[in-house]
Amino acid sequence: MYVDPEIIRLLAFLIGVIAFAALNAAYLVWLERKEAAHIQRRIGPKEVGPFGLFQPLVDGIKLMTKQLIVPAGVDPVLFKIAPILVMVPAIMSFVTIPFSDTLVARNLDIGLLAIFAFASVNVLGLLLGAWGSRNKYAVISAARVVSQNVAYEIPMLVTVVTLVMISGTMNLSKIVGLQMGGFWHWNIFNFSASPLMPVAFLIFFVCMLAETNRAPFDMAEAESELVAGAFTEYSGMGFGVFFMGEYANIVIGASVATILFLGGWDCPFGLFPGVHWFLIKMYFLIFTVIWIRWTYPRTTFYGLLNLSWKILIPISFVNLILTSAMLKVF
Amino acid sequence: MNCAAIKQKLAASGAESVIETEYARKGFALDVQVAPEHLVAAVSVLDAEGFFIEAVTGVDWLGEQAALRKETEAKAAAEAKVKAEAAAAAGEEAPAVAVHAEQGELPEDVLEAVYDFNHYEYLCRVTIRTRMVRSKPEVPTISQIYPGANWHERETHDFFGIIFVGHPYLVPLLLPEDADYHPLLKDFRP
Amino acid sequence: MSAFAESEAKETFVLNLGPQHPATHGVLRVKLTMDGEYIVEAEPVLGYIHRMHEKMGENRTWAQFLPNTGRMDYLHALAFNHGYVSVVERAAGIEVPERAEYLRVITSELNRVSSHLLWFGAFILDLGGFSPLLYAFDDREHILDLLESVTGSRLTYCYFRFGGVYNDIDGDFVVGARAFIKRLRGRMPMYHNLVTKNIILMKRLREVGPISAEMCRKYGATGPVCRGSGINFDVRKHEPYSIYPEMDFEVPVYEQCDSMARYMVRMDEIEQSLRIVEQALDKLPEGPVMADKVPKIIKPPKGDYYHAVETARGSFGVRVVSDGSNTPYRLKLRSPTYSNLSLYGEACQGMLLPDALALMGSLDLVIPEIDR
Repeated sequence: MYVDPEIIRLLAFLIGVIAFAALNAAYLVWLERKEAAHIQRRIGPKEVGPFGLFQPLVDGIKLMTKQLIVPAGVDPVLFKIAPILVMVPAIMSFVTIPFSDTLVARNLDIGLLAIFAFASVNVLGLLLGAWGSRNKYAVISAARVVSQNVAYEIPMLVTVVTLVMISGTMNLSKIVGLQMGGFWHWNIFNFSASPLMPVAFLIFFVCMLAETNRAPFDMAEAESELVAGAFTEYSGMGFGVFFMGEYANIVIGASVATILFLGGWDCPFGLFPGVHWFLIKMYFLIFTVIWIRWTYPRTTFYGLLNLSWKILIPISFVNLILTSAMLKVF
Repeated sequence: MNCAAIKQKLAASGAESVIETEYARKGFALDVQVAPEHLVAAVSVLDAEGFFIEAVTGVDWLGEQAALRKETEAKAAAEAKVKAEAAAAAGEEAPAVAVHAEQGELPEDVLEAVYDFNHYEYLCRVTIRTRMVRSKPEVPTISQIYPGANWHERETHDFFGIIFVGHPYLVPLLLPEDADYHPLLKDFRP
Repeated sequence: MSAFAESEAKETFVLNLGPQHPATHGVLRVKLTMDGEYIVEAEPVLGYIHRMHEKMGENRTWAQFLPNTGRMDYLHALAFNHGYVSVVERAAGIEVPERAEYLRVITSELNRVSSHLLWFGAFILDLGGFSPLLYAFDDREHILDLLESVTGSRLTYCYFRFGGVYNDIDGDFVVGARAFIKRLRGRMPMYHNLVTKNIILMKRLREVGPISAEMCRKYGATGPVCRGSGINFDVRKHEPYSIYPEMDFEVPVYEQCDSMARYMVRMDEIEQSLRIVEQALDKLPEGPVMADKVPKIIKPPKGDYYHAVETARGSFGVRVVSDGSNTPYRLKLRSPTYSNLSLYGEACQGMLLPDALALMGSLDLVIPEIDR
């Protein structure tokens, strides 16, 4: 029997990607708890395994053994489908992410577009879950999530368009390929394309925080206001899958930022490029995301929209125009 | 503005009595007794002077009238005894004194609503008391003057059953929604 | 905001905030009528932990009621102790030795600092910042240890007695208190740098939740709430009790009327309380901590008596009516947060939900004290 090696390769990648996403979700919880603990001068999880390293396993078992409560009055279909709708696009996005020049499941020419297409489905999942759970807090949260994502998708995409103009491609591997050879080649320091590139990176990073609903933009969950926001009615693994989806989205966001601005798997000094550099940069960004969460209070909803519409969008447009002008001139 | 001036104004507003108390001994400066119908006028005076409301509460004087009668009777008896002794000492025959002379109907016991006001700028705690009979405990609300009295009056209604006439929302605040008892009445039995 | 006011709020819904909600710090329920995220009407619903302390007071002797006072405001229990013992001392004419008054002030002010620290952490938690809470608890822990060493309990203190206090302090306490003052003074700049000057915090608190001075007066608001509205009212200065007249301290007053003003009042009060403790420790006289002629059974003369003290949340007044027996005839507890919360319904009209919760946090609610 002949099996196309491409299918085997894809299957292997699929398993790998799912494992990567799940492992990341589990261990980012651990990282978050440990980091939060150290920021707050505590120790954090330490009982289960060395440094509490098996804590995520135990947490996972706990979540899976819990009953999945479907409250009376919810829309059972939407309620059950929503966590999956958050999780699946996140995993799909991993398919096009090049971890190194060889480690990529599918090197699509429109990789960047695919990622943003999948990323917008994530919002739909949250909206449906919140709407379906027939809880007032969840509905308020859903309204917040949608307008927040609409507001932040614009500056994010405008920034990305700028990068696409510079690179001339939407193929993620090629975008990284153009940045090889040391940190001065990275897009974040690509001053010849636009002097505003570091600002563009900052805008992208802020938008990523907002898109993944992380503090200080965690309007969706906002536990001191909306109890648990969209997840109020979820229990057990329903909540767990939402959580995994959230962390998977953070990983995606950090990966895309790494690819677009920080040179992907390129070594800052031009030596030994490879997947380890990609992971270092990505985890550093994730570390920063967590760091921000445990340092800053939450903004208000209108403050968040003001930031997007009045500051981020104009700046990103200025950057876009500046970049196109400079590309034309030079 | 000082307490003496407030005292004058309160007396002019129709208060039954305005007593300047010894602050160090009592903790308040003016003790004002008003009839329920003059309450709003007295409170308006304080509002105009810039007082803030501290609290509204009640006191149930159940058994006060009986105690008062007992006291007067005891006094009368004591007086009679003194007189009798004096008469005996004088060698006269003791005059017949009817100790239980008038055993008429006791006047009804009262509930008292107590309002505490204070001033942010100077020290003048004013206590306004108004008394009403227990069978018809009605007193006009002051929540239109002091919105803060709204809750205090609801609380007092919870605990004493005093009805604040004209109160916009006199439903139980601290007690359960369906509470029909008033725990601080002295004849309340749980 | 103006657009909201113009459009008729027809499609409103009712949101039950609480009784189990992270922002209400206990079992307060607020019935919110909302138009989207705007609050049309707010009605606090109280009484979930109402225990009828006033009735309890009528059924036990004057002294037996003492432990109850610590269970109303569990964050500043010593001030409630102070209010109650003061009114009974006033009624019964009991003289308190000077050293006892000093100890009362020292412990009570330390307790105030601990209350403000906990409020600080919890308030930032309401705003979504997690970490300051644990820093504040770290500092508060030192106070609790200090107070535990002298009062024997950590939260619901019952340290004051009619005519004095129950236990004298030792040298360790003095050393510990001085060390703590030094430590907290060193940490306050850190709090200000990390939290007060945080741009997000400033945006969330400045010009949010205005409470005018007139509103304070109409609702009887006291404590940091009225001092954040420009009213210079502090019972410790206004009707001085205990040894406060001998202490040199300021009453922080801010004119802005917003949540930030109330925040700043409390942060400044921590420093003022530390100053009081420091001075009291310096001046601490020798002598007994308990008056020797306190009768075993207290029977204050007939009449009613009032005494107010300044707690961390405002003016706490006790009115007792004595009929000359060994139990109070009537015991009225005027708790500060009750009045402070009563203005919430008016203050948060037309506000957004997160701002309304910031306002609620800035009122510093302690539910057992409201419900009594």
